[in-house]
Amino acid sequence: MFTALSGVGFGLLIWLGLGVPALSGWAAFWAFGLAYGLSVVGLIASTLHLGHPERALKAFSQWRSSWLSREGVVSVAALVVIAPFAFWRVFLVPGGVGGLAGLEGLEWLRWLGVLGAAFSLLTVVCTSMIYAQLKTVPRWNMGLVPVLFVLFSISGGALVTAPVAQTVMGTVVMLLVLTVLQWGYWRQGDRRFAAAGHSMETATGLGGIGSVRLLESPHSGTNYLLREMAFQIGRKHQRRLRLIAAVMVGLVPALLLVTVPLWWAGLAALSVHLVGLFASRWLFFAEAEHVVGLYYGKR
Amino acid sequence: MTTLPATTEKKLGLAIDLDTCVGCHACVISCKEWNTSNYGAPLSDTDAYGADPVGSFLNRVHTFEVTPDLGEADKQVIGETPIAQVVHFPKSCLHCEDAPCVTVCPTGASYKRTEDGIVLVNEDDCIGCGLCAWACPYGAREMDPVEQVMKKCTLCVDRIYNENLPEEDREPACVRTCPAGARHFGDFADPDSNVSQLVAERGGISLMEEQGTRPVNQYLPPRQKTLADLAAKNSGFQGGCGTALAAEAKDAPGFFGWLDRALDKMG
Repeated sequence: MFTALSGVGFGLLIWLGLGVPALSGWAAFWAFGLAYGLSVVGLIASTLHLGHPERALKAFSQWRSSWLSREGVVSVAALVVIAPFAFWRVFLVPGGVGGLAGLEGLEWLRWLGVLGAAFSLLTVVCTSMIYAQLKTVPRWNMGLVPVLFVLFSISGGALVTAPVAQTVMGTVVMLLVLTVLQWGYWRQGDRRFAAAGHSMETATGLGGIGSVRLLESPHSGTNYLLREMAFQIGRKHQRRLRLIAAVMVGLVPALLLVTVPLWWAGLAALSVHLVGLFASRWLFFAEAEHVVGLYYGKR
Repeated sequence: MTTLPATTEKKLGLAIDLDTCVGCHACVISCKEWNTSNYGAPLSDTDAYGADPVGSFLNRVHTFEVTPDLGEADKQVIGETPIAQVVHFPKSCLHCEDAPCVTVCPTGASYKRTEDGIVLVNEDDCIGCGLCAWACPYGAREMDPVEQVMKKCTLCVDRIYNENLPEEDREPACVRTCPAGARHFGDFADPDSNVSQLVAERGGISLMEEQGTRPVNQYLPPRQKTLADLAAKNSGFQGGCGTALAAEAKDAPGFFGWLDRALDKMG
């Protein structure tokens, strides 16, 4: 769930870093504030979610092999690199906050913005790869997952400033593509477990002598694996949640942007979009079927 | 470092004989005892005597029923008809050569040893993110509910090299305790080792091969048992139902045979 918030935050940072729109003064203050707020809250929440948050710094060490470590490294890099750019746009440009105003010769800072935008994009890619790399969850182990995460991020970021940046049409197109891909992800994902060829027979290696069913679970209660990876209750409202997500993610925000040509339409569209995004991300986790369930006669 | 070694000098692991395992769970208990009182954080239980007990275990025994496909049953000799069988199935870390749990670790807490291929967790570096458990197809890793660090089978690394123990005890606790002799410990890199030979003789199975993890641990498949086996097993009971099935109850010996004939005569 935190990934959803930070995804939108980094999406907004991508556009602000690229200078679309090139905000300054108070407008830049609020926009960067929102972007930093969403991404930092998302990252902190994920960190506090750990069993040992006090050791979180160790997670920056394995960027050569681990997508989770890479996410940590590039997310901090993005937030650090964009900061001077944001400071320039808020305080130092003509008409900036606090009347410091008009320092010349800082145009080069926009390249930090571009670099920060690149790091922000990489952060979202790394987040998605944490899930997409897992062969154990066939529904996540698809090329469509990084595409979907990136599209969620950049369209969520774009719709906030779309009315100001005059990018309504582009944003609407992104939102519609997002909606189509979201459906595509569900359709492809529904067939993915069977297509990967996993079954209780391959899990136990006993397929050679017959079809396998669980006669007795290893224990009468539950365990960590079943709670984490064979959590089926969340799938109960699958159809309704899919419908909510499909409508709220793109269609309603697009309609808002097209019909209300005022700056706050972006924020209104964002709040609707977030509801859809949360429904989508909830399903992303609730529908995930881990192959370990096969050993327990569950998926 | 969470990159995997290209090769390891030894490939220590287990060969588990599914034909022999009787499902007594002694290995589960022995494993829990050794690993809760020695290396690292203890294996805790929560609400152990309450309504919803949960604990961390490094080894669990599942029990499956395998039903043969009788698609061509009518063409088969009755005695050779395969029967459904119960298979007790102990499962712990397979110490995979291409261990996905290791490469996902963000801190380097998870690693695979170059010298013997054992996959271990350095608990002091573990942040409890749980990603390694998600990456494992076999459910070999469990987060300890109290310590919030990842626990897994160490292949009893603190027994197998432990010179303070008598030599016969220098094998994993599960192997040492198994009353049926269903668990075998050895080096799969050595083609002459006990485990390599068992695997060669019996046709060892890798679990969920399609995941591409190349597990070191191998399972020795149960023999397919037939109606004749069942009859032979039950013949000691003087014409038990197995015999009756195999011989189609026509002229079964013993009490049931007599009863069958007597009831027939009554019309």
